[in-house]
Amino acid sequence: MELSVVDEIVDVHKRKSWALISILQDIQKYDGYLSQEVLRRVSERMEIPLTRLYGMATFYKTLNLTPQGKHNITICSGTACHVRGSDRILKEIMNFLNVEPGGTTEDGEFTLSVVNCLGACAIGPIVVVDGKYNGKMNASKVKNLLVKCRRKA
Amino acid sequence: MKRLESIGDLDKLRESIIEKNKCYQKTITICGGPGCHAIGSEDLRTSFERELNERGLSDKIRLIFSGCHGFCEQGPLAVIRPSGILYCKLKVEDIEPIITETLVDDKIIDSLLYEDENGNKIVYEKDVPFYKSQKRLLMEQQELVNPTIIDDYIGNGGYEAFCKVLTGMKPEEVITEIKNSGLRGRGGAGFPTGVKWESCRNASGNIKYIVCNCDEGDPGAYMDRSLLEGNPHLVLEGMLIGAYAIGSQEGFIYVRHEYPRAWENAGIAIEQAKALGLLGENILGSGFSFDIDIARGGGAFVCGESTALVASLEGKAGEPRDKQHLHTVDSGLWEKPTNLNNVETWANVPFIINNGSGWYSQIGTAKSKGTKIFSLVGKVKNTGLVEVPMGISLREIVYDIGGGTPDGTEIKAVQTGGPSGGCIPNRLLDIPIDFDELTKAGSMMGSGGMIVLDKHTCMVDFARYFIKFLKDESCGKCMPCREGLKRMDEILTDIIEGNGTNGSIDLLEELAFVMKDASLCGLGKTAPNSIVSTLEYFRDEYISHVRDKKCPAGVCTALITYTINAETCTGCGACKKNCPHDAIEGVRKEPHRIIDDLCKKCGACMEVCKFGAVEVN
Repeated sequence: MELSVVDEIVDVHKRKSWALISILQDIQKYDGYLSQEVLRRVSERMEIPLTRLYGMATFYKTLNLTPQGKHNITICSGTACHVRGSDRILKEIMNFLNVEPGGTTEDGEFTLSVVNCLGACAIGPIVVVDGKYNGKMNASKVKNLLVKCRRKA
Repeated sequence: MKRLESIGDLDKLRESIIEKNKCYQKTITICGGPGCHAIGSEDLRTSFERELNERGLSDKIRLIFSGCHGFCEQGPLAVIRPSGILYCKLKVEDIEPIITETLVDDKIIDSLLYEDENGNKIVYEKDVPFYKSQKRLLMEQQELVNPTIIDDYIGNGGYEAFCKVLTGMKPEEVITEIKNSGLRGRGGAGFPTGVKWESCRNASGNIKYIVCNCDEGDPGAYMDRSLLEGNPHLVLEGMLIGAYAIGSQEGFIYVRHEYPRAWENAGIAIEQAKALGLLGENILGSGFSFDIDIARGGGAFVCGESTALVASLEGKAGEPRDKQHLHTVDSGLWEKPTNLNNVETWANVPFIINNGSGWYSQIGTAKSKGTKIFSLVGKVKNTGLVEVPMGISLREIVYDIGGGTPDGTEIKAVQTGGPSGGCIPNRLLDIPIDFDELTKAGSMMGSGGMIVLDKHTCMVDFARYFIKFLKDESCGKCMPCREGLKRMDEILTDIIEGNGTNGSIDLLEELAFVMKDASLCGLGKTAPNSIVSTLEYFRDEYISHVRDKKCPAGVCTALITYTINAETCTGCGACKKNCPHDAIEGVRKEPHRIIDDLCKKCGACMEVCKFGAVEVN
């Protein structure tokens, strides 16, 4: 991304320290992750040490330091989904894509994310593919879903 | 939007909104809460709007795209007023008949009504058993307002409580009123709100901050999200009253990043309130000034803890600090006195001011007043958000409102309090919803997650779920929490995988004792609760895993095998077709068989078998 965009985002948030997470999240929207170059720019513009920014990027789960896959597969592991068997579905996805939670497939197509709750417990277990919710999942349904995703990718 | 210069201006605006709305003969409210939104209520809204416009009905019928109605299980929902007809599980193709038959011709469409367990169709929302036993103080208004339109809130009496405070109450009187109401913090710990406000008001210094905590990290809980998303002005009004009482000029709403509609709607609400002069300098010409900004969280559970949240707002990693000797009300954000309350706590404030502490304190038990919103989820028929008066029993919530388990089997336990809480077994379900009673039973009120568990829930696996969650979320600052959770996770994993030894349970108990005693913040201190409570009530399950290498609930894959009962199997082939691992063989109309070497124990066969022929041992 252009560093001028980073500057704009920092300015929109008026360089306020309480908006730092929002600033990093807004920047991350462009490339899906925070590159070293981008973090250096934020550090200069905000006058915050780079080490602190790096500390934040590793502490907060919504911030990524590595490039993400083209498609995102998110599984909800909230308590309600867990008691309805989301763990088994996660294993199925990991097995199918050969990737760990938080990781990206070797071909760069899919990133697997696990979130703590999506707040749509009535339709759990839930698997979200690129923002689209798929409710009442089980191991068999998720495999069909993944086969479809692979075909489209 | 014209800036309001006085309380009289606001009253005039309210009158004009009420007058303007008189042209509508009916309103239809479509639920846009998190549950309904996930299953397409946004599409319903756009189609409805288009259809009403095309038919020239939009000046007679008002469409409100509201926040959560609560009954997520039956979503997407719509309620037609003034009659109060409830339609469930709506699809886009239902819109045309709803407009033609119900909105124009006043006919009821049977197929869209809620059907109770005896097959009776129920027409009105108020008669549905799910709503009947509730006391919907905070949630009710949510059905009447579009959260992105300030006029809806003002037209329904919004900001009246704030005006009452501005014109006739001294800050100390507001604090006394809140103290008298008995309101306790809804974030989990239940600290008396009025006492907290008083401490912050009395703290030295001119600059004071107030913070609304919407970093709702409890998995399986979405009450705060629904409130802020569905009725943001109610929260803003609560904060305005708090700011006036405490003497603060600046506030923050800290919202989980994963709740985009919550921070978007709160942001819109703040902009609208500023444009009308309900936030900012010299509000309504009173001389009182107060402003609110929104800060997004970064996805860290520990930031729900007050000192960690403060660190996060300061632009740092969200690590808590010791608050035994220095409270945030004395030294919080940028070392200034800071008053933090949870979303639901703030939302209660306008009701207390409007109706008086006497009225409010009549609801509930001796030491827990008002209502509490729970997110009732898990193995329960009626998943949703329920608002109940304090003092109601857990049994009433899970059976009368929740309808019991989906398959009608017995509820094994109810878990409350999120990862810091505990499990309450069926035999104790008659205890009332009360901060102290729940703590006595080994759980806690928490922020409002209520997870129903049935015989298919393994309590050891369930305890490990929370321990693993907390292990991942521990900030790592203090040793007891950081190391203790790792070791607990290892021991529980051993037990689950059949490698538990005689000393495993003793070691868990010892670790629990140390962590409770020696951790720095609430996360570590309460982390062992899931183990302690399951060991207290379900120790036999632990023993089965350790001694007999069996998982009685049939969950822990290392300890179970799936088989097909040849006598009950009809050979329909559903299991074979749905097995993702091709681990089932058999020909049609003859009993099938599971190939153990290929079986990954995913349970898909058991879920699809209509004859109960798949057994787990």
